[in-house]
Amino acid sequence: MTQAFRIENGGLINRDKKLSFKFNGKTYFGYEGDTLASALLANGVHLVGRSFKYHRPRGFFGAGVDEPYAVVQLYRNGETEPNIKATEQELFEGLEAKSVNCWPSVNFDIGAINNFLKIFLPAGFYYKTFMWPKSFWYRIYEPFIRKAAGLGVASTKHDKERYEHKYEYCDLLIAGSGPSGLAGAYAAAKNGAKVILAEDKPRFGGSLLTSDVNIGNQSGKDWAEGIIAELKTMPNVVVKNRSQIFGYYDHNMLVMSEKVSDHLPSTKKYHPNKRLWYIRAKEVLISSGSIERPIVFGNNDTPGVMLSSAAKEYLKVYGVLVGRKPLVFTNNDSGYETAIEFKKYGVDPVVLDSRKKPESEIIDEAKNLGINIKNSYVVVAAQGYKKVKSADIASISEDKKQLGKIENIQCDCICVSGFWTPTIHLASQSGNKTKFKEEIDAFVPGQSKQNEITLGAANGVFSLEETLKTSFKAGSELSKKITENNNEITIPNVVEKKSSQHDKFWCVPLPKGKNYKRFLDFQNDVAVSDVEIALREGYRSIEHVKRYTTLGMATDQGKTSNLNGLQLVSEIENKVVPAVGHTTFRPPYTPVSIGAIVGREVGKHSKPTRKSPMHSWHEINNAVFVDAGVWLRPRYYKRGNENLFEASKREAKNVRTNVGVCDVTTLGKIDVKGPDAAEFLNRVYTNAWLKLPVGKARYGVMLREDGIVMDDGTTTRISENHYHMTTTTAQAANVLSHLEYYLQLVWPELNVNVVSTTEQWAGAAIAGPKSRDLLQKLFPNSDVSNGGLPFMGYMEEDLFGVKARIFRISFSGELAYEVNVESDYGNFMWEKIMEVGKEFNIQPYGTEALSTLRIEMGHVAGSELDGRTIPYDNALEGLVSKKKDFIGKRSLQRSAFTAEDRQRVVGVVPLDKKTSIPEGSHLVKDDKAPLPNPKLGHISASCWSVEYDNPFSLAILKDGKNMIGQKLFAMSPLKNKVIPVEIVSSHYVDPKGERVRS
Amino acid sequence: MLYINCPHCGMRSQNEFSYGGDASVKRPELNKEVSDQEWDNFVYNRKSLRGKHLELWQHISGCRQWIKVERDTTTHEIFRTFKADEEVA
Repeated sequence: MTQAFRIENGGLINRDKKLSFKFNGKTYFGYEGDTLASALLANGVHLVGRSFKYHRPRGFFGAGVDEPYAVVQLYRNGETEPNIKATEQELFEGLEAKSVNCWPSVNFDIGAINNFLKIFLPAGFYYKTFMWPKSFWYRIYEPFIRKAAGLGVASTKHDKERYEHKYEYCDLLIAGSGPSGLAGAYAAAKNGAKVILAEDKPRFGGSLLTSDVNIGNQSGKDWAEGIIAELKTMPNVVVKNRSQIFGYYDHNMLVMSEKVSDHLPSTKKYHPNKRLWYIRAKEVLISSGSIERPIVFGNNDTPGVMLSSAAKEYLKVYGVLVGRKPLVFTNNDSGYETAIEFKKYGVDPVVLDSRKKPESEIIDEAKNLGINIKNSYVVVAAQGYKKVKSADIASISEDKKQLGKIENIQCDCICVSGFWTPTIHLASQSGNKTKFKEEIDAFVPGQSKQNEITLGAANGVFSLEETLKTSFKAGSELSKKITENNNEITIPNVVEKKSSQHDKFWCVPLPKGKNYKRFLDFQNDVAVSDVEIALREGYRSIEHVKRYTTLGMATDQGKTSNLNGLQLVSEIENKVVPAVGHTTFRPPYTPVSIGAIVGREVGKHSKPTRKSPMHSWHEINNAVFVDAGVWLRPRYYKRGNENLFEASKREAKNVRTNVGVCDVTTLGKIDVKGPDAAEFLNRVYTNAWLKLPVGKARYGVMLREDGIVMDDGTTTRISENHYHMTTTTAQAANVLSHLEYYLQLVWPELNVNVVSTTEQWAGAAIAGPKSRDLLQKLFPNSDVSNGGLPFMGYMEEDLFGVKARIFRISFSGELAYEVNVESDYGNFMWEKIMEVGKEFNIQPYGTEALSTLRIEMGHVAGSELDGRTIPYDNALEGLVSKKKDFIGKRSLQRSAFTAEDRQRVVGVVPLDKKTSIPEGSHLVKDDKAPLPNPKLGHISASCWSVEYDNPFSLAILKDGKNMIGQKLFAMSPLKNKVIPVEIVSSHYVDPKGERVRS
Repeated sequence: MLYINCPHCGMRSQNEFSYGGDASVKRPELNKEVSDQEWDNFVYNRKSLRGKHLELWQHISGCRQWIKVERDTTTHEIFRTFKADEEVA
């Protein structure tokens, strides 16, 4: 197929490399260096989508990031991505794209019926219409709106692509590689500054790629190429194309999204798809240029109506004619530049200029080329449905209120230029308060807020000479401050054509009797009439007008529509534009893939995975793992076809009858050392610590200052000034920070050091009636009798040549010990325990059995110490010292904490002794009471008691102390269960605690 | 993302730190009688200041030291940072 609109020569594309691609199922050809947009235009395709609300046909409006229309669904290497701008997507072999927001096809779209219903779909339509009846919202309105709304479709598959994050520091970060960015980068680089130059497009040079200028006796484009080539050779410079700086955050942190692979058919091995750069820059030069803004006229959304700068870019960069009969509609000299380019390639444009008698070098050149120019003329309306076929034009009075006689002229595209809008997003994001510049009818950055400077067109300066001069100077001065070098740069000689003042004219009045839609925002179908309605209905703040009408929303964020919207509001409100103000510019400047933001922190990389030294043993022995905080712990060890319930029951039972071993490496461990360690622990824990002898362990509870239990665990006095503290797995990091806080800030006079030793020790809990026999065999030369190693005793012994710490502590409520060895010997220890334990029928047990054992013993854990309970609630008030002060003690005097009917932990057994009670169930007095049924408490943990072979739960229950023996109902609406239960003591098994001391 | 000068380590990004609240709060001395109001003020009541604020941060992924940071709560400007035991003049 021929590319009918591709000119013979010219453009920066690689004509030696032809690429095939598919759009809406049809195959086309383009060249390497094309965008999807330029390749489609080369093939004469102007219809790419349907508009958001009215489903009107949509074409191409711009040639880059500002594009409001040409949003497509992209298919690449088996993946799909929504909301890709065809004007930004580079062509590659085999690219596939489809139109969005149309059904069944872009050519015949049923939704376009909205276009004929448009009088019923004004601003605020949804807010007003779908209010009543209320019950209709979920069933009818919302599903309907959801189906009608939105552009592309996100993939629901796992994304195979990889995304990277990178942190970088530099002296000078430059956003945009146009003349200003290049000059600034060059001057700073010559001074030895570390420079990062970012360009969002594939090609460097910005406006120099399309403008007819000379710098230092070469074309602007050649000069840019030379500078880039030299910058690339400098070790202190990083030059990045396809990289958009999209956010300016606090303390000169900017974030840039680099499209590493989107221009390739598939991502190269070991390459990411995108890379997100977090850049901390000492100084920032914003050279983001400007975006042409449209003039508003009737049917100005018809495919074929586009920005005049885009038409020029398609011609000069891609060698593509957007039409063969172009009509240029302008209020300034830029339109003439486009017309001149058309003329150079043998196409005859007609120029309509709203100005009466403009004079400038550019206009002279156009006249000399014989271009047909009509002054004081405007486009009243575009004609044609899926493509511009002609235009209704008319002369306009000097006050721009009266139109002359309407004439119709044939044309196949309308290139419109309403002057230029500086891209001030980054400056504004940095906190810079913008100011309105009358001469250009647009906002420019004001006083710098952070270390940022905005130059060139982004600062409202459209003279190349001026831009180069200020940018060379800024680059040199900013870098001089940092590097203290001062290399002189000679500013090259510039040849550019002078232009004349633009016309302060932005909207063509409606001719009498015509009711054309005149669109302000092309992506959201916001017309002049919609903003008029909003103002009529009393919306005044521009932020409210934006939200009510959706002006300036969605993926293009109003890059081409915001200023015209402000002009309209200011006109109706009879205010000047700066008094109306603009809406807030928020990051990101342009949409960023969620994948890039997430980076590599997905799936199992979303948090670190920590494994105990015995992990591989567990794996080999069929452990089923569970996430416990950042750790992976065996939940149970599967035998044959056992399920979780069967396996955990077997494991727990074996602990109660024989002996079991559990990996407790994950418990937090903190070394507390120093002459004041005892005093410190005495302040941290609720119970007394000053008299704990060396070689003894003690269970302790620590509170937050608000009296809530923070954590519990045993701490052992290893030697005079050395304590070994254990914390729960989940709270280990918080407890360490908590201790550091008090040592560094509150009691710096205490001579104590704390350090985490969690990773240094591997731990195994040996529990069960036969555990002492096993221990004796493991340590044949040690006295581990009840006298030699009593409950809460501690000793250091030799385990087959390895130093081991033995703690006689118990979480299971059985006779139990915890053996710790240095981590590297963890597996050795474990294998020895299993080997020697064989004759005692030892079995490893996982966290599920561990829970069962502690629940039926009434030992509180994380599900009771849930950040809402005090010691009393957990039946731990016996550990609260009345004599000494400690962290949080004063809070325990609060009246709610001392109330007679305070909540407290209790045991719960179902009356039928069969039905397990779901955790989280509510305890209520009357299961038939009307909602909301008063809640007396909740089930915190449930298990199947292996001692009694029936379900048993713990609960936190109001007035729990006096509720023992009461009959209540456990209700779980989630599981649709109502279970009659009896409240019993939380100490269901061995209530006197005889076993641990046996 | 803030850029915080840790007095022990130098300039570091905010993601190495964790926030610790108002640094001017003084814990009542141990074993001292404290009124309900005083205790409430210590545990719960904080001013939500607009402007200069002296606050605690811990360099949790660095030297683990608690530091004091003088920051403007509206502009995020950081004026000075101090070691935990340093007097704030």
